[in-house]
Amino acid sequence: MKRLVFLVPVALFAAVLLTFAIGLDRDPSRIPSVLVGKPLPAFSLPGVRSRDSGLSSKEFRGEPRLLNVFASWCVSCRVEHPVLLQLKQQGVPIDGLDWKDDAAQGARYLAQNGDPYARAGNDRSGRTGIDLGVTGVPETFVVDGRGIVRYKHVGPIQPEDWTSIIEPLMDRLRTQS
Amino acid sequence: MIAEIGQLALILAFLISIVQTVAGFVGAQRRDPSLMALARAAAWMQLLFVGTAFLALAASFLINDVSVALVAQHSNSAQPLIYKFGATWGNHEGSMLLWVLILAVQGASVAQFGSSLRETLQARVLAVQAVIGVAFLGFSLFTSNPFLRLYPAPADGSELNPLLQDPGLVFHPPILYFGYVGFSAAFAFALAALIEGRVDAAWARWVRPWVLASWICLTLGIAAGSAWAYYTLGWGGWWFWDPVENASLMPWLMGTALLHSALVLEKRGALVSWTILLAIITFSFSLIGTFLVRSGVLTSVHAFALDAKRGVYILGIIGGLTGSALALFAWRAPMMRTGALFAPLSREGGITLNNVFLLAATAAVFLGTFYPVFVDLANGAPVSVGPPYYRITFVPIFVPLLLLVSFGPMLNWKRNSWREVLGRLRWPIVIAGFALLLATMVFGIAWVLTAGALALGVFLIAGAAAVLVRRWKLTSGGGWLRFVRTTPLATYGFVLAHAGLGVTTLGIAAVSAFQADRVLNMLPGQRVALGGKEITLESVLPVEGPNYQATEARFRVVGRWGERVLVSQRRFYRVSQTQTTQAGIGVSLPGNIYVSVGDQNPDGSIVVRMWNHPLVDWIWAGAFMMAFGGMLSLADRRLRVGFAAPALRPSAQGAAV
Repeated sequence: MKRLVFLVPVALFAAVLLTFAIGLDRDPSRIPSVLVGKPLPAFSLPGVRSRDSGLSSKEFRGEPRLLNVFASWCVSCRVEHPVLLQLKQQGVPIDGLDWKDDAAQGARYLAQNGDPYARAGNDRSGRTGIDLGVTGVPETFVVDGRGIVRYKHVGPIQPEDWTSIIEPLMDRLRTQS
Repeated sequence: MIAEIGQLALILAFLISIVQTVAGFVGAQRRDPSLMALARAAAWMQLLFVGTAFLALAASFLINDVSVALVAQHSNSAQPLIYKFGATWGNHEGSMLLWVLILAVQGASVAQFGSSLRETLQARVLAVQAVIGVAFLGFSLFTSNPFLRLYPAPADGSELNPLLQDPGLVFHPPILYFGYVGFSAAFAFALAALIEGRVDAAWARWVRPWVLASWICLTLGIAAGSAWAYYTLGWGGWWFWDPVENASLMPWLMGTALLHSALVLEKRGALVSWTILLAIITFSFSLIGTFLVRSGVLTSVHAFALDAKRGVYILGIIGGLTGSALALFAWRAPMMRTGALFAPLSREGGITLNNVFLLAATAAVFLGTFYPVFVDLANGAPVSVGPPYYRITFVPIFVPLLLLVSFGPMLNWKRNSWREVLGRLRWPIVIAGFALLLATMVFGIAWVLTAGALALGVFLIAGAAAVLVRRWKLTSGGGWLRFVRTTPLATYGFVLAHAGLGVTTLGIAAVSAFQADRVLNMLPGQRVALGGKEITLESVLPVEGPNYQATEARFRVVGRWGERVLVSQRRFYRVSQTQTTQAGIGVSLPGNIYVSVGDQNPDGSIVVRMWNHPLVDWIWAGAFMMAFGGMLSLADRRLRVGFAAPALRPSAQGAAV
């Protein structure tokens, strides 16, 4: 019996190691969402910046848009931020979802680092995040002109993600609508 | 030519560490003095060759030999000399070389200073260290060779990541690595003891300085990293729960636990298998930290090399080293002598409780850090759980731990009564209670949690001071100067470390609750008020650095205690086309004023974000006190005597009781 206790560490470790081994095999930013191909779940959120009137799922109509999930406390978002600003300059419509964050903090973050968003909504409780299947920040959804999620990108968008995956997809969606 | 010398030296070091492994294990098994001497000599040779390789790489950077691929990727002729040197370890390949260099330094010091150890134990320790050496030298040679050449050589190199071009780079990684790698010595000692089947007080006395030295380095390294992030990332945060920060926090927490449990083993001969297990786990967390940064399994601001092959290799190293260590533990530990008994309320009991809390805190950090990997198995791949997670897991575990800290030194070994202990802590409890009352009255009942955290800091400091008061017999009066002199350095050491924890607690509590910030567009001449100070933007001018252009904003801060000028820069690094922010920080004991500028608008105004950070420097001051306390303890004569004594005291367990 006592011997079994001493086996606990090695057993636990084997489990962790197995997890790592499987985790390593996976690309941390591949397309995993069950939401792809389905309509954006309904939400209606208060705004982040003083000029915001809020963000609602009904507004994703007309042209394809990006929905970027961010937070002021998120380190990786700061890595992604310059890319988003560049996309905004290229005329890509991006809406922001400020996840598990104080709206005032989110607004300050945008004022300091630049503001890539057309609209921004604050999801303080993280409920909308749950509906969207957000597991961490940053994440970005490509939503087409009919409000259907076409793609989910996990982690910061790197310039090569944009040129190789998201931009071609956006172009295709734009010609379809 | 220089790079080839380095390459050759690295290959030789790899081969020598294989020799050291075999000679150490076989020599100890056969009790063959000449083989064991060979292992010791090999440890020295390894240091010689790894050192040569490291110097060769540093020299390649200093002369900007861009035909070496690594230099071409991370250095540039315009880069200041100090950052050319720092770039040696400011990249993946070079930092792994630094890792093995530190490992080699430790191997050589075990060979040098270990003459008082049982010869077989020393040989086995060296052999285990050599196994680690083989693994990491192999990693360096086969997956991340720092000496690869480029042909044809480019005209000039690209640039070291601008965020890394800071004096912090020169100190932070080496100190941190000393801490990480230092635990390899404890690991090697633990494995050697398991193989020998013998753990005694002499073993603990030998391991403790190693653990203490690593812990000091890790404490300083984490504090330096936190301070560096505070002033370079340009948004005034001092801890981000970033995976790589967590990777250094986890071995620190476990190392703290190990430090205390080794004390019990040394003084009382108890917690034997537990201490061994902690030594194994602590070093494993250092390895996991390396895996985390190097594998790209998680997104992080620190991740400068994302390469699955390297990840697989390091995972193999972790699996091999930790796996076999834990398997050995499962096999041999049950046969070891069980320790002396103690009552629940005793110093041993207190330290056990400390260990339980530290282990739980580590588990919380571990789950938060690897949650993305775990969740990935279930569905998607997330990126960050962030502070909201740690606020509800780590903090509730750590606060009771901090409450317990002051109780530990007031407990007797073996057994105690509550009355006694509370009696000894009478004054600290009264003082902390008063602090709680005062803070609640000043800040209002809504801030009662903050008041509690501040009172906790006060309790820690008062509790530490009470140890000295008791030791010096101040209350009984007379002759206390004599006691001041006879108090061992180690006592001053832990008092200072515990008080430092209190200072850090005060800093964290104050800055978390009372920091204030403002963001606005400012024109030169404009004036704003923040934290009782008046801040004026004096000028915005372009300036030229050695390898960057910058917009420099100068601020005048007028406070109650005089005025000072703060300078913040928005830098643009030409070669890598990146922007960084240099914050202007007005450091003072009650708090910092922190200004950082963004882009300049067409109308000449500039985006300014400013913070008031009350007591923020106390966070690092406290960490420094902890590290300094550790150094005092390390310098204690008793510990040094312990170095030489075991050979003379074969029944050391008996003597220590």
